Amino acid sequence: MSSHELGLIAKSPSLDQLVQDDRVDVSLYHDPQLYEQELEKIFYRTWVWVGHESEVRNPGDFRTTTIGRRPVIVVRDKKGAINVLENRCRHRGATVCEKHKGNATGFTCPYHSWSYALDGKLRALPYPDGYEDILDKSELPLNSLRVDSYAGMIFASFNDEVEPLTDFLGGAKHWMDLFMKQGAGYPIKTQGEHKFTFNGNWKIQLENTTDGYHFPIVHKSFMSSVDEETSEMLSFMTDPQAVTHALGNGHSVMVMVPEHVDLEFDDGSEQLQERFAHVTEELSKTMEPAQVRRIVRSLHGAGFNLNLFPNVAMSMSFFRVLNPLSVKQTEIRHVALGMDGGPEIANRERLRIHEHFQGPFGFGSPDDAEAWERVQRGAEAGPQVPILVNRGLNREVLADNGDKVSHATDETGMREAYAMWKRMMSND
Amino acid sequence: MTEHNTLAALNAPLAKAIEFIWHEAALLDNKDYAAWAQLWSEDGVYVIPIDPDTRDFASSLNYVYDDARMRALRIERLSAGHSPSAVDAARTLRTVSRFNLLESSGDVVEVTSAQLLFAYKRGVHTPMAAELTHRIRFGQGGPRLEQKVVRLINSTDSLSALGFLL
Ligand code: FES
Ligand SMILES: [Fe+2]
Repeated sequence: MSSHELGLIAKSPSLDQLVQDDRVDVSLYHDPQLYEQELEKIFYRTWVWVGHESEVRNPGDFRTTTIGRRPVIVVRDKKGAINVLENRCRHRGATVCEKHKGNATGFTCPYHSWSYALDGKLRALPYPDGYEDILDKSELPLNSLRVDSYAGMIFASFNDEVEPLTDFLGGAKHWMDLFMKQGAGYPIKTQGEHKFTFNGNWKIQLENTTDGYHFPIVHKSFMSSVDEETSEMLSFMTDPQAVTHALGNGHSVMVMVPEHVDLEFDDGSEQLQERFAHVTEELSKTMEPAQVRRIVRSLHGAGFNLNLFPNVAMSMSFFRVLNPLSVKQTEIRHVALGMDGGPEIANRERLRIHEHFQGPFGFGSPDDAEAWERVQRGAEAGPQVPILVNRGLNREVLADNGDKVSHATDETGMREAYAMWKRMMSND
Repeated sequence: MTEHNTLAALNAPLAKAIEFIWHEAALLDNKDYAAWAQLWSEDGVYVIPIDPDTRDFASSLNYVYDDARMRALRIERLSAGHSPSAVDAARTLRTVSRFNLLESSGDVVEVTSAQLLFAYKRGVHTPMAAELTHRIRFGQGGPRLEQKVVRLINSTDSLSALGFLL
């Protein structure tokens, strides 16, 4: 073997080789070392979405989740502040809470009963004489993460030096505000969630929420199960107004229903969908026509998918949350949304819409999962064959505000996410 | 053991319900959805809830909450050949046992049971365990399902999307 060949074998490809403008290397889907670096350099370093404020409405309300492999608790304390605490006892490491969600006055470790307040402070431990003079309780709180929120979306970071959330979200904030308008004047609340796992890398899902190209193909069976008005609404393949914007920092938005980008704006020309006639009729008994229209036009959610790097998308009427379990396995949550305090009949209709598409028995998600698993399997074929993310490079333009813009079926959003991936992975 | 079929020793409504439930299980394992559709009454409801405790399915998020219209669409989706996950669905084998007669009034029988199912796809066996509740009306035209509730023991965890029915 020549020294030249040896050099090739010993040297792993550079990030510039792995991620190019129009393609990425398949090892991004299955290299365990890259995966470990992603946890360190992305998930444990940037802002990661951990919940919505409506999930921790009252003091003591909590939900547990994981960031990468690290278990955390999102909890509202007595003063009303939201804390994100590492779910790990400071004694010998046990998790202090194993419930998905609930309300608590504090967290007590099951092993030796060290007990922690809602803000993480170590309150008490049993038989303290063995610790006299050697342990200061104030030094052993549950580790807490940086926390901030925008538009009700709670983000946390393990990185004390992380940039301000507002800078990280940047151009996405405008779209987050637009997304929340589907509350029709009511605050948005979560209404349960579907969770499923698929055997594939997390970035396959990250790509998908900005992949308009697959929709009529993978979701053909969903499309043939909905009424004509809905299928028309989702027929954006050749609609020039259906565009994708790259928003910077890995974020992007894909507009599928241009007339529903700003749900507050209603020129009255849109016919309310016949399938919602029972809702319209019921609401009209007590509400002004304009408010009825606002609610009914919002039932399908906002007219776009907003992809926030790295783990959450605000996708039409729900949140899509991804959680990498391993290099080849990912958990997806589809969180249903409703109007907090809004009319029950409309919130129920939203649940039915969610059930129709989402979850392991929905008419959409299983077909997505099948396609993603096929990507994972196919990508094992060989290192010389890249994943193409070049669709629409021929028609990508710069908007006045500096966003890169192309058609909703193009891969501009994926290119944005991979550019951010490369930037974060290049940091030491 | 005697020659007796143990079912014959059970009371008649329960025995009839068990026969029906086993028949239904075989149809689902065989993915004979057209025949399965025939088992339902027009206002029958098929539910796979997420919340282990709820009985108010309408105001909860479920995995499946099908009336006749949604059930017909679901069957069409599973049968038409356009759904990649249905075309490549897992094979399943299920047994249903531990029957318990909840109610038998007039011609309506309500039975709970335990279902153990294995799904097999691409080298992986996936177990799914659930408690079933069947409400069956034994009317003139034969037995019809009025409600079927499938409570997965892991309903609040992540599942895999495998393209079959429970
Ligand atoms: S490990 Fe938590 S109290 Fe000992
Ligand atoms: Fe999809």
